[in-house]
Amino acid sequence: MAIAEVAPAHARQVPPRRKTAKKKRVLGLGGWILRAGLGVLFLFPIMFMFVSSLKPDQQIFGDLSSIAAFLPIGNISLDNYVAVFDRVPAARFLINSIGISAITVAAGILVNSLAAFALSRMRVRGKAVILTLIIATLIVPFETLALPLVWWVNQLPSLQLTEFGFLFTKGWIDTYQVQIIPFVANAFSIYLFHQYFESIPKELDEAARMDGAGWFRIYRQVVMPLSGPAIATVAILTFLPAWNSYLWPLMVVQTEELRPVMVGVQYFFQLNVSWGQVMAYSTLITLPVVALFIAFQRSFVNSIASSGVKG
Amino acid sequence: MTTTIERPPAVPAPRATRPTRKRDRTSKSEERAGLAMLAPAVLLLALFIFIPAILAFGLAFTNARLISPYPAVFVGVDNFIRLFADASFFRALLNVGYFAVVVVPLQAGLALVMAILVNKNVRGTTFFRTVYFLPVVTSMVVVSLLWLFMYRQDGLINVIIDRVTMGLITGPDWLNDTSTSMPAIILMSVWQGVGFHMIIWLSGLQTIPADLYEAADLDGATAWQRFRYITWPGLSATRSLILVTITIQALSLFTQISVMTQGGPLNSTTTVVYEAVQSGFAQQETGYASAISLVFFVIVLLISVVQRFLSREKA
Repeated sequence: MAIAEVAPAHARQVPPRRKTAKKKRVLGLGGWILRAGLGVLFLFPIMFMFVSSLKPDQQIFGDLSSIAAFLPIGNISLDNYVAVFDRVPAARFLINSIGISAITVAAGILVNSLAAFALSRMRVRGKAVILTLIIATLIVPFETLALPLVWWVNQLPSLQLTEFGFLFTKGWIDTYQVQIIPFVANAFSIYLFHQYFESIPKELDEAARMDGAGWFRIYRQVVMPLSGPAIATVAILTFLPAWNSYLWPLMVVQTEELRPVMVGVQYFFQLNVSWGQVMAYSTLITLPVVALFIAFQRSFVNSIASSGVKG
Repeated sequence: MTTTIERPPAVPAPRATRPTRKRDRTSKSEERAGLAMLAPAVLLLALFIFIPAILAFGLAFTNARLISPYPAVFVGVDNFIRLFADASFFRALLNVGYFAVVVVPLQAGLALVMAILVNKNVRGTTFFRTVYFLPVVTSMVVVSLLWLFMYRQDGLINVIIDRVTMGLITGPDWLNDTSTSMPAIILMSVWQGVGFHMIIWLSGLQTIPADLYEAADLDGATAWQRFRYITWPGLSATRSLILVTITIQALSLFTQISVMTQGGPLNSTTTVVYEAVQSGFAQQETGYASAISLVFFVIVLLISVVQRFLSREKA
C-alpha cells in the first residue's frame, strides 16, 4: 500500500518519524481491509456455486438468508452430480471438450512455432510482408468474422469415413474438425513465439549447422527445448478460449454427440430448472480449468501479462 | 511438413569464410525449408481469417443464405438500407455504447486499484492475486449461469440487500426489468473480467524502476504525488493497451446476453453481435449478418484508431 511520507527527509527526527510510522500502520490496515473485502467479493460467489451444487434445491433457497449459503452444511450429497450425468450426456461433453482443447493446443504449438521459427531464423523472401500481414490480423475481433465464417465452413469440402470408404461431402457443419482447425493457426501465438525465438542467440543454430544439423533439427533440438516459457504461454492462451468456446459451437454443431461442455448448459433450461443441478454442471466444467490454474499459476499469470504486449 | 534439407557435412575452412557461391546454394534450400515451415500457418490463416474477412465484404452485398438451394445474388446496398432502418439494430448500438461507456472506465479503474493493492510483495498478496483472478479462469458461460441464479427476484443478491437494509429496500427483479437489466450485466461482466486487466496493469507497474520511488521518498512526496508523477506517466503504454482491449471486448458483448437475457426485456440488452447471430444463424440470413459484421468492424476499427491517437497525443 502506498504510504504517505509527510516529513521531508532532512527534517526527519524522532517525533515526526513516529508519527509517520503510525500513519503507515493505519493506511496499511485500510489496505488490508480493502484487499480482504475485494477477496470476499470475488471468492464468495464461486463458493456459493460450489456449495449449492451439493445441496437439494429447497435447502439452497432456505440457506440464502444466512451465512449457510456459503457453507457446505446441512443435507450435503453428490445427488446433483449424479443427476447431471443422468439428465445430459455430460461425460460425452467433457470428453469432447478435452479432446478438442488438447488437439487445438498441440497443433497450435506445432504450427505456430514452425512459422515463427522460419520468420525468426531463416532467410525467406518476403518474410517481412508475411509477418506484417500476420500481425495485421490481430485487429480483427473473431466476432466480426464468425458469421461469414459459418457460411464459409459450410461450403468447404469435408472428407468423411463412411461404410463405403472415404467420401467427400460438402460442409464442415457438425464435425469435430470445424471446432479445431479454424483455431489452430493464431497470429498472436506466432507473434509470441517470434519474440521469444529472437531472444535465443543465433550463434546456437550456427554451431548446430556446423555440425551438419538441418533446419528442422535445429528447430526441434535447439530452439524448442529452450522455449519452455513461450510454449507454456501459448498453450494456456490457446487452451482457455478452446475450453470456453461458446458462440462458435453454438452455431456450427447441432449433433448432441459432438457438442462441447459450454453448449451443454442449454439442456438444463428445457424442462423445470433445478438450480442445484445447474450449479453442479457449472462446477464440473469449471473444475478442470481451476485445477490447471492452481497447478500452473505462475505460467497463467505470465501468459496473461504477455498478452499485455499485444498492440 | 518435414521437408528437412540436410546440409552436407561442412568443411571447416570455407564455411568459416562463407564463400558466396556456396551461400547461394544453401540459401535456396533454406528458402524452400522456410516456406515449408511457414506453409501450414499461412494456409490456415488465409482460409480462416483472410477469406472470411473478404467474404464479409462480398456477402454483405448479396442475399446469401446459410443453407439455400439458390446461389447468392448481388443486391447492392439493400442490406445496409435495411440495417439503417432497423430499430433493433440501433437499440443494439445504443446498448453496446452504454455498456462500453460504463465498463471501460469502471473495469480499467478497479483493475488498477487492485493491481496497486497486490503489487507490493508483502505476505498474502499472492493469495489475493489468485482469488482476484479466479473469475477470469471461470468461463463467461458459467459466470452468467451463476449470476442468473443470484439475480433472481428471490435470489442471493436481493436477500443480501434485504438483510443489509433491514428490509427497507426490496431489490428489483434485476434481469426482467428494463432499467436494471443492463446495469446487472455490467456489474457481472466487470466482476468476471477485472482480474485479467489487473494482471496487465501489474506487469506495467513492474516496469517502473524502483529508484524513481526511492528518489520521490527522499524528496518527501505524498502517496498521491507518487502516483500522479511516477506511476501514472509510467503506465501510459499499458493504459492505452488496456483501454483498447476492454473497449473491443465490451463492444463484442454476446455470451452474457445469450445465456441470461436473450436480448430482453424489450431489447434492453440486445447487442450488435447478438443481432448478427440472430439474423445470420437463427434466421440464416448470411448476407444481412455480414452487413452487420462489416458495420461492427468499421466501428471497432474507428474507435481503436481514435483511442490510440488520443493516448499517443497525451503520452
